[in-house]
Amino acid sequence: MNVIPMKPDEFESDQEVRWCPGCGDYAILKAVRGVLADIGRSPHEVVFVSGIGCAARLPYYLTTYGFHTIHGRAPAVATGVKLANPSLDVWVIGGDGDMLSIGGNHTLHVLRRNVDLNILLFNNAIYGLTKGQYSPTSPVGTRSPSTPGGSVEAPVNAALFALGAGGKFVARGADTLQKHLPQVLRRAHDHKGASFVEILQNCIVYNDGAFGAINDRSESHNATIRLEHGKPMVFGKDEDKGLVFDERVLKFEVVNLADVPRDRLCVHDETSLDRAFALARLEQPRFPVALGVLYAALAPEFVETRKAMKKPGTWDRASLKALF
Amino acid sequence: MTTVLDTTTRQPNRPLVVRFAGDSGDGIQLAGYEFARSTAEAGADFMTFPDYPAEIRAPAGTTFGVSAFQIQFGSGEVLTPGDEADVLIAFNPAALKTNLQYLRPGGLLVVDETHFDARGLKKAGIAASPLEDGSLNRYQVVTVAITKRALEALASLDLGRKFASRARNFWALGLVYWLFGRDMAPTVALLERKFANDPEVLGANLLALKAGYAHGETVEIPRYEELARPRKKLQGAKGRIISGTQAMALGIAAIPVLSQREVIYCSYPITPASALLHTLARYSNGVSTFQAEDEIAAASAAIGASYGGALGMTASSGPGLALKTEALGLAVMAELPLVVIDVQRAGPSTGMPTKPEQSDLTMAIHGRHGEAPLPVFAPATPEDCFWIMIEAARTAIEAMTPVIVLSDAYLANAASDWTPPDVDKLADITLAPVSGPDAFQAYARDGTTLARQWVLPGTKGLAHRIGGIEKQAGSGHISYDPANHAEMVRLRAEKIARIADRRPAIELESGADDADILVIGWGSTYGAIQQAVRELNDEGKRAAHVHLRQLWPLPKGLGELLERYPRSITAEMNSGQLASILRSEFLKPVGHISNITGQPFRVRDLKSAIAARIEA
Repeated sequence: MNVIPMKPDEFESDQEVRWCPGCGDYAILKAVRGVLADIGRSPHEVVFVSGIGCAARLPYYLTTYGFHTIHGRAPAVATGVKLANPSLDVWVIGGDGDMLSIGGNHTLHVLRRNVDLNILLFNNAIYGLTKGQYSPTSPVGTRSPSTPGGSVEAPVNAALFALGAGGKFVARGADTLQKHLPQVLRRAHDHKGASFVEILQNCIVYNDGAFGAINDRSESHNATIRLEHGKPMVFGKDEDKGLVFDERVLKFEVVNLADVPRDRLCVHDETSLDRAFALARLEQPRFPVALGVLYAALAPEFVETRKAMKKPGTWDRASLKALF
Repeated sequence: MTTVLDTTTRQPNRPLVVRFAGDSGDGIQLAGYEFARSTAEAGADFMTFPDYPAEIRAPAGTTFGVSAFQIQFGSGEVLTPGDEADVLIAFNPAALKTNLQYLRPGGLLVVDETHFDARGLKKAGIAASPLEDGSLNRYQVVTVAITKRALEALASLDLGRKFASRARNFWALGLVYWLFGRDMAPTVALLERKFANDPEVLGANLLALKAGYAHGETVEIPRYEELARPRKKLQGAKGRIISGTQAMALGIAAIPVLSQREVIYCSYPITPASALLHTLARYSNGVSTFQAEDEIAAASAAIGASYGGALGMTASSGPGLALKTEALGLAVMAELPLVVIDVQRAGPSTGMPTKPEQSDLTMAIHGRHGEAPLPVFAPATPEDCFWIMIEAARTAIEAMTPVIVLSDAYLANAASDWTPPDVDKLADITLAPVSGPDAFQAYARDGTTLARQWVLPGTKGLAHRIGGIEKQAGSGHISYDPANHAEMVRLRAEKIARIADRRPAIELESGADDADILVIGWGSTYGAIQQAVRELNDEGKRAAHVHLRQLWPLPKGLGELLERYPRSITAEMNSGQLASILRSEFLKPVGHISNITGQPFRVRDLKSAIAARIEA
């Protein structure tokens, strides 16, 4: 591996970025470039594979190898890339429609297989590129061109889905949190296996403010909790609130630190699947939304395990004759 | 005892057709396969056709659970599994009911009478026993209580009835070996290998095999020994039997050797393509398999594998190919090599999953969104499945394009004698060199093939972005420019058209330049058409046969052939798809003979249909 200090602009391609002004994707792109520079692998050793949608345009704006594929199938294409060349650093980019609707099946299977990919799901709870229809993560009642009276379907919780699919690394970030998001992305990169990051992203045109205070930088600390492994679960602008965990019912409760001593707070253990499920379910306004690494556990990686089970072998005319 | 052979209808050297039919749990396919192996050992030419139900284990004794295996063999060239059987071995009433139609009048019928009791007849839905009601008078009938005799033979082993009765297929095989004067040694050797760790099963099967053979010697039943045994071993016969699936797998195994690119075969289970996945899953040496979550993922992962530097391959049957079509559009647009195999079956929808049809031709050639031309090849025989895979890989890599190979359920399962090719003489698949980083363009094209370069991620200095959005010619950047799109559509079509220039011109398979009719076939119908045309010519009817292995782009020289003959017709296992394509491409009144029964063409039917067209 080729690790040399790099600058984010070394990952900036010559293509003009075509997202709407003010789109949350700009912030995510910036965070991605920063993390790639921080990781330090040369652009030619990195591949971005994307599906279809606004988010999926991201590979064009990087100097790495990029493959903008078809709607929903990026996890499957990326699996093939990794099968052919496991030494590449492969990232998968898609939106909520791409990865949870048309490509939900592939997201499920890439996670359970544990292919060593960094999967970034830009969740804006709307179909942007097709002009604003409700998406699988839109809350009930979302008014959109296809649901003028409001949507009636229950939304899917992306992080919960990833955990349910057997994902071994599940994290959450938000577009505007430019200090926090790169840390999450770096952790995702460093994890061996399928790393799933849900990034809450604002669509300024069709779903502005969908995440309320979560990605409003001034309000975010009250609406979210930034998880850190081994640290007590404290949140709030003034760090005045915390979470306690009731092991009997596997549920969290919000407490005021004025009422409850700090040592009663739940200490984040990112290897606990039970807590990860409970964390993924925390929703506004009753709870802070859990950000950071919800769950991280080591498990055999797909491509490596395959290779260990069955050596690819050598191939030449002698081996072919033997097969005949 | 009846006359052994009705010499009035048989010529001494005419090949013989034997058909085994029984419950799908009876081991019919195994018995048939062993008989084919012994045929290969004997040096005869042959072709086999397994005809099995889609249900895995339908209730025993029912008509929908009947599995059959047919083989034609002889000392001359054998091109088909035969129209009708000279010998039918029926293991139960249901097998007799459903398979008697394939036995020629005067043919030998060997029936296991064990199950012709009230219960057995009821399961098969038969009112009166055909063994007693005179309905079999047209045939030479030999009734043997195969199951009962097998149980008796194994009585000393104390195996239990259910277990012992499983060996009845080998008992019957022993009898058939006696009937045709066959050597049991190869089968004995196989059993010894296969059940080396299970002496009980080995002992039971060996005993049953030998008891069946001995039974033939003891009771008087007609024997085909003299006529069925080839006069001498065929020249070059290797005694190797190969099915289309096996040949295809070996062809795939040759690709890494010839191209120095690993093959990654991505597939989702589907009948009848899964057999190829199973065969390849056991290979190493440059071939690996990936069972994807669905057909779309299989195609997508194969595209990803090609992008990553292997040769991606995916296979399916009709319904699966339909699901893969969007991904094929991407492969066309991204201009990546990919090989897609469609083992066609009778459709639409679930159709008849184990029965062959050639009904995906138009889908393969035209069935994509946008204008997305790609080469379509079809192997003609089981052996040709080996060669077509190498040609498909060569074309995919040379032209940087997906290639579809159209096989079918018949070709996949049919087996014939095979002489492995000389590995040292297989031509390398050469990869075009990749340019340096100076003025690199992702969509720069080779002047002759029009292929773009295959640049692999990981290559320093050449990082670039590709995708399904229209490209600027040359740079490969996103472009919505109208004139550029027109140019790219033309370039993609021209790239595929030029493949025909590099491939051989088509030649007649048989028949004269001035014949009265040209019969055009493609894919698995080769044997039947060839046999029909040869026989017609022997009878003084002037037909010529041309066979397309390359369906798109159409091969060089085809237009001239269509000009040459006063009439031309296709013979296809569909409603005339190739005929329709040829009419539109060449503006010639090409007719068609179609077979949409889910069964291979019968030579007899083809002959009469062709003869009728000549006279029309």
